[in-house]
Amino acid sequence: MHYSLSDMILDLIQNSIEADAQRIHLDLIRKADELIVRLTDDGCGMTKGQLERSKDPFHSDGIKHKHRKVGLGIPFLIQTIEQADGSFEIQSEKDKGTTLNIRFNLGNMDTPPEGDWPGLFLQSFCFEGNYELIINRTIIREQGEEAGYTLQRSELQDILGNFNESGAMILLRDYLRSQEEELLDA
Amino acid sequence: MAKMTLEELRKLRSSQKSEMERRDVDGKETHIIVGMGTCGIAAGAKMALDSFLDAIKANDLKDVVVKQTGCMGLCYSEPTVEVKVPGMPDVIYGNVDAAVAKEIVEKHIIHKKMVENHIQDKPAGDIIK
Repeated sequence: MHYSLSDMILDLIQNSIEADAQRIHLDLIRKADELIVRLTDDGCGMTKGQLERSKDPFHSDGIKHKHRKVGLGIPFLIQTIEQADGSFEIQSEKDKGTTLNIRFNLGNMDTPPEGDWPGLFLQSFCFEGNYELIINRTIIREQGEEAGYTLQRSELQDILGNFNESGAMILLRDYLRSQEEELLDA
Repeated sequence: MAKMTLEELRKLRSSQKSEMERRDVDGKETHIIVGMGTCGIAAGAKMALDSFLDAIKANDLKDVVVKQTGCMGLCYSEPTVEVKVPGMPDVIYGNVDAAVAKEIVEKHIIHKKMVENHIQDKPAGDIIK
C-alpha cells in the first residue's frame, strides 16, 4: 500500500513497461481540487477476463511471483480512489494496449498526498528498456490559465546517454526538479 | 534553482563527459541496484536512491552505475540494495534508509568495508531460479 499518489502512478508505469509497451503517455493535470491522471500504453493489453480479474484482490497471474497467491497492485489503487471520492476507469485490448483514466479528489481528506513528482519522473525514465515515455505535466490555475512542461524520454536520452551512469542520473534529477520548481513558483 | 533548458543540460553533460573519457573505466564500475518494487517504494526506496545520488555527488565519485530493479524477494527488509564493487564480494543490503545509503557510499564504496547489521544472506526462495 503506497503512501502518496506519485508512488501509485509509478507502479502503473512499471506495469506498462512490464507489458512491453514501446510508447507510454502520461498526462498529469492538476486543477484546484482535483488531479487527473491519464496513462496510455501500447503494451500487451488484457483480455476482458484478464481485465476483470486484475481488479480482484485475490487474483495473481503467478508469472512474476510463482508461489504468491494474492494480489496485483490495481485493487489497492481502486480502494484508495473509492474511499476518497475519486474515479477510476481502465480500458484494455489484448495486443493493443491499456488506457487508464483516474481522477483524484484533492479536496477529500482521505486522498493521499501527491508526493514527489520529479522523483516519480526520474524513476519512470530510468527503468531498463527501450521504451518511449512522454510526460505532460499541466497545472490549470483558478482563472483557467494553463502552465506546464513536457518531458520526452528519447530526447533526454539523446542528451544524457545512459541514465544509469550516476553523473547522467544526477543531471537528470536536477533538470526534472528545476522544471517542477519553476512551475510551482510561477 | 533556475529552470534549466535542454541546451544547458546538454552543455553540462558534455563537460562532465569530457572529464570522464580521460579515464579507462571498462570493468571497473561500481554498481548500485535499488529494489523499486511496490514493497521497496512503500518502504522508502526513493529516499534511499536520492541519498545515494547525493552521496555520489558530494564525494565526486565517477564510474558508478545506479540501476533500479523490481522486488528482490526480500520484502521484509526493504529498501534493499545490491552493491557490486570491483574487488569486493557482491552484497545485498537491507533496511537501507537515507542514512544507511550514505554509509554504504562512504564505507563500502570508498573505504571498501562492509556496512554491518544491514547485510542480507540470500534472496527469498521464489526469486532464485
